[in-house]
Amino acid sequence: MFAPFLDALLLQAGYNAGLVTVGAALLGIAGGSGGTFLFLRKRSLVSDGMAHATLPGVGLAFMVMVALGGDGRSLPGLLLGSALSATLGLLAIEWIVSRTRLAEDAAIGAVLSVFFGFGIVLLTIIQTMSGGYQAGLEGFLLGSTAGMLFQDALLIAIGGGLIVGLVFVLRRPMTLVAFDTEFAAAAGIGVRRIDLAMMGLVMAVTVIGLKLVGLILVVAMLIIPPVTARLWTERTERVVLVGGAFGGVSGYVGAALSASAPNLPTGPIIVLVAFALFACSLLFAPGRGVLAAVIRHRRFQWQVHRRQGLLALAREEPILDPLTLSVLRKEGLIRQDAVVSEKGRAAAAKALLDERRWAIARQRSEDGSLDSHWDGLTPIESVLTHDEIAEIDRQIGPPAAVR
Amino acid sequence: MGAEFVQLSLTPLLIGIFAAIACALPGNFLLLRRQALIGDTISHVVLPGIVVAFLVTGTVSTWPMLVGAAAAAVVAVVLIEIIKRVGRIEPGAAMGVVFTSLFAAGVLLLEQSDTSGVHLDVEHALYGNLESLIWFTAEDWSSLTDPRALAGLPPELFRMVAVALGVSFLTVVFWRPLKLSTFDEGFAGAVGIPTTAIGLGLVITAAVAAVAAFDAVGSIIVIAMFICPPAAARLMTNRLERQVLWSVAFAVLSAALGYVLAGYGPLWLGGEHAVSAAGMIATVSGIILALACLFAPHRARVGAPKGT
Repeated sequence: MFAPFLDALLLQAGYNAGLVTVGAALLGIAGGSGGTFLFLRKRSLVSDGMAHATLPGVGLAFMVMVALGGDGRSLPGLLLGSALSATLGLLAIEWIVSRTRLAEDAAIGAVLSVFFGFGIVLLTIIQTMSGGYQAGLEGFLLGSTAGMLFQDALLIAIGGGLIVGLVFVLRRPMTLVAFDTEFAAAAGIGVRRIDLAMMGLVMAVTVIGLKLVGLILVVAMLIIPPVTARLWTERTERVVLVGGAFGGVSGYVGAALSASAPNLPTGPIIVLVAFALFACSLLFAPGRGVLAAVIRHRRFQWQVHRRQGLLALAREEPILDPLTLSVLRKEGLIRQDAVVSEKGRAAAAKALLDERRWAIARQRSEDGSLDSHWDGLTPIESVLTHDEIAEIDRQIGPPAAVR
Repeated sequence: MGAEFVQLSLTPLLIGIFAAIACALPGNFLLLRRQALIGDTISHVVLPGIVVAFLVTGTVSTWPMLVGAAAAAVVAVVLIEIIKRVGRIEPGAAMGVVFTSLFAAGVLLLEQSDTSGVHLDVEHALYGNLESLIWFTAEDWSSLTDPRALAGLPPELFRMVAVALGVSFLTVVFWRPLKLSTFDEGFAGAVGIPTTAIGLGLVITAAVAAVAAFDAVGSIIVIAMFICPPAAARLMTNRLERQVLWSVAFAVLSAALGYVLAGYGPLWLGGEHAVSAAGMIATVSGIILALACLFAPHRARVGAPKGT
């Protein structure tokens, strides 16, 4: 299991498998970075509609090519057909949204199911067409790299490379449009044209990915890597880069894994690798990750208990909460028998002073501008200047010692 | 239109119609709540559900599969909520992450497990097998009153009728809270309606309808019937009561017309073989929606200029 996987990772598993792996990686980069713009515009699922809308195009292209006396299975022809019908699907979605009161999600769902249903009708016609063709068009549903022709693998690799190049060229205007449409328009960028380019890019990823990942799952390459990247960074241009990287890794590792053993279909494996990266990110990403949230929560809890414990000490109130006692003990503010330590006395006096200063400062600030800083934890020194604090202290009088 | 029709076409036609109604009813509310794509999500995640059910029980029997599929739908909804809340990701993208991953897991499980002996594959999950649900024991129309022939009806018919009736019943019983919480969630909450529970109940009802319909007719019809008839109905009227009735009418029309066109259309055109009924029903529902978009009385947004 491991040795063939390593071979495939190092592109040693045969010429075709190597090409497919490189193609999957390029497609992953293109999908991850191109999908980011779609994701930032909150239109991720438009790609799902487009992907399903490719099916009738594939069927019609096959029928046309057979009718013209050619081989219906020629991949470039099928991809051209799928691109045309995906464009038609996109136009249908935009038409429904702009001309009727139906929302975009309903338009996507309608186009997705109707085009797909019609595609299935065409597939059943093809199955019964004279000549008994084994068209193998079902391979487009879930992708099939088994028995892929050399030219097809080459087409995917070249196509993936072209899309990556296009994303690189268009990254600045697309970032602007995705991030702030109105500013982009004001800056003289043709928003409509960039939007179209974005959709063209999405369509290209979908079409190139058809043979590799299949039309049901190809949207995953446009959605999962950008979402994963979004967990790691708050900056648009980095989401594009990180999304591309996650996509590339998913494509590369997924294709290599699938080449290393039988019964590992390429498309699903690539999607699952992408999902594994996503799941790890959801757990461990700084900021938005689960672990980071837990740590943040514990730290906040600790600070609140410390502060309230100190105030209680200063006011000589009994402390009953076990967590507060444990926090104070661990910080050495009270001894094991709950008697205040020297350090605790000082800290308690400081906390009480801070509390009093805050009370007066909030009373005095008439516009309420201080309230936004007041959370019971922020030391007043970080909000007011020395002079302002000295002014407040004159009102309070000298600090009282904690007994 | 005699014996042959009763034997070959009557039961698939009825199953298609009841499946369409069962999906279109909750679809109305999902559409108005901007959750139209929940149906899409559910119909994708049904696959891993039935595969896991098959792996656990080792047989392709109905109840484990229904339970597995419903469980998968609930898992998907929970996962989407978690990703939305924890990762602060917008709902559409969260949905995209969840249903593609679960579907991929389902396909992988299917490829890895030995299902050669049973009828379980991705194509079946997508198209269903509406055409094969024939009534073996029927001879002609008189079989409708013959208990022995009736005993041979495909079980899918009873299941689908039961689900369609159940969904209709729930819609009627919970009409008021459903309507209120769909249009004005804040108000509904203020008058004491448990809006969260209603929302979850709606999704679960949709999942049950989807799973039952999926078993008989495949996932294409499920997605199409969740969205197209309610969307077309939405353009016909401003009243929810009428919208629901319109959507049922459109669903029945799509199912009947689609089935007939798939079965007999190619023969009329000189072909020899029927085409996929599931695909044709989805296509017809799309044509109805397209016509509604072009001509329906209430197609424009309120306040939008006329004639643009």
